[in-house]
Amino acid sequence: MRAFTYQRVSTPAEAAQAAERNPGARFIAGGTNLLDLMKLEIETPPHLIDVNHLGLDKIEATPEGGLRIGAQVLNVDLASDARIRRDYAVLSRALLAGASAQLRNKATTAGNLLQRTRCPYFYDTAQPCNKRVPGSGCSAIGGYNRNHAIVGHSTACIATHPSDMAVAMQLLDAGVETVRGDGSKRVIPIADFYRLPGTTPHIENTLAAGELITAVTLPRPLGGRHFYRKVRDRASYAFALVSVAAVVLPDGSGRVALGGVAHKPWRVPEADGRMASGANAVVERLLAGAKPTADNAFKVTLVQRTLESVLAEAKKG
Amino acid sequence: MDDPFDTNIARRNVLKTGALAATAATVPFGAAAQTAGAPTAAASGAPAVPASPPVTSKVTLRVNGKAHALTVDTRTSLLDVLRENLHLTGTKKGCDQGQCGACTVILDGRRINSCLSLAIMHDGAEVTTIEGLGQPGKLHPMQAAFVKHDGYQCGYCTPGQICSAVSVLDEIRKGVPSHVTADLNQKPLLSIDEIRERMSGNICRCGAYSNIVEAITEVAGGKA
Repeated sequence: MRAFTYQRVSTPAEAAQAAERNPGARFIAGGTNLLDLMKLEIETPPHLIDVNHLGLDKIEATPEGGLRIGAQVLNVDLASDARIRRDYAVLSRALLAGASAQLRNKATTAGNLLQRTRCPYFYDTAQPCNKRVPGSGCSAIGGYNRNHAIVGHSTACIATHPSDMAVAMQLLDAGVETVRGDGSKRVIPIADFYRLPGTTPHIENTLAAGELITAVTLPRPLGGRHFYRKVRDRASYAFALVSVAAVVLPDGSGRVALGGVAHKPWRVPEADGRMASGANAVVERLLAGAKPTADNAFKVTLVQRTLESVLAEAKKG
Repeated sequence: MDDPFDTNIARRNVLKTGALAATAATVPFGAAAQTAGAPTAAASGAPAVPASPPVTSKVTLRVNGKAHALTVDTRTSLLDVLRENLHLTGTKKGCDQGQCGACTVILDGRRINSCLSLAIMHDGAEVTTIEGLGQPGKLHPMQAAFVKHDGYQCGYCTPGQICSAVSVLDEIRKGVPSHVTADLNQKPLLSIDEIRERMSGNICRCGAYSNIVEAITEVAGGKA
């Protein structure tokens, strides 16, 4: 790990200002992904800004009837919150399907959104990777890519986004609240938060340099039945091969988002409109234009069957 | 060809050599950490970056009820502080990347991976390690149950397993749900499936899982 200086800040504005003053600095909250990457020198920040003491650890009701989740709310506390369990069960389920209890006790809401891919070539500093070293090439294309993206990828990068929580956030139309060094605030709809790899896979989201996430907002509860079905190589503590987040309303309509298939949580609004027509109709639109590799073509079938299983369970009532 | 089983190396000598190697690895710990940047960068083909000088910071930790004021390199993990500075070597370094759970300790009442935690970020925190749970002659019930049920083979993952197991029962008692909790709006039940899922962050290469589950089940039953 490279040496770094360390600073503890007490307000969001102070954090964002510190980031502006220290080029290359990183915010650190739980650190469960950042420290791992720093040990491998994939991340080499000269300065760390500790954002654990900003008072952003509360879940509050919003005037619109939704919830505002502080950026530093721990994954365990978010998954355990009675309102989340009752009204946003898909989010609780997604969180509980991710990582281990030890990691959920440390990982935060904003940190989870910002975690990096677990592509083995991103992690292997001896291999070319456009995400780690822009312009160096992609080792996953033509390499071991059984667990890589099947849709939305580019010739520069076929990595997937690893988060389960973010898939549920995408399904729920969450908003990402931020602050910048000049004090300006904005809310980024999660649909606009993540980027596809294109020719710049190292740029993963639409945050500006030094912009700090302060909260994630959820709109009013959708009702209906909530599902987060994660398919992985072992029963627990593994990243998704594919995951299906869905809300199904009593009339059969609803919405669906996928994890494990793309550079970002994958949702296609037109596919949502076909929920009542069954899994085939939904997946036809959801994975339109999919270009799997020889090794991960199974994911197309897996998405189809997992969604079928979810819809069948929803019908059981 | 030499018989691999006839090497004439006495076990005692192997242990001595091993101990020397371990000491050698321990003593220059700071020096190795300070220069870790350069060789890795060279190996990756990236231009060599001169190692920046180490930065130290003060931190006070309360470990097993005793306060320790320390000055450490900012890079030092909580795990390394426990093992290298405080010589509490019960907490084990397995993967050092949050995948195995051998380094599990209880921080402010919650189990975490101490390898993925910077010591300086936990100023004032209360840490409980395996040494703080119980000692020979006065074992924690979970430690005693692991012994009784043979919940280990080599024992390397055991301190992490036990810290995790103690927390599992605490989490179930507090109503923290898990991936296998059938109804999110009910308190989770204490079942074999719940224990297995909640212990999935602790890997045992010897495969003592069934005995570990028996040990935890017994302690849970005793308290119920």
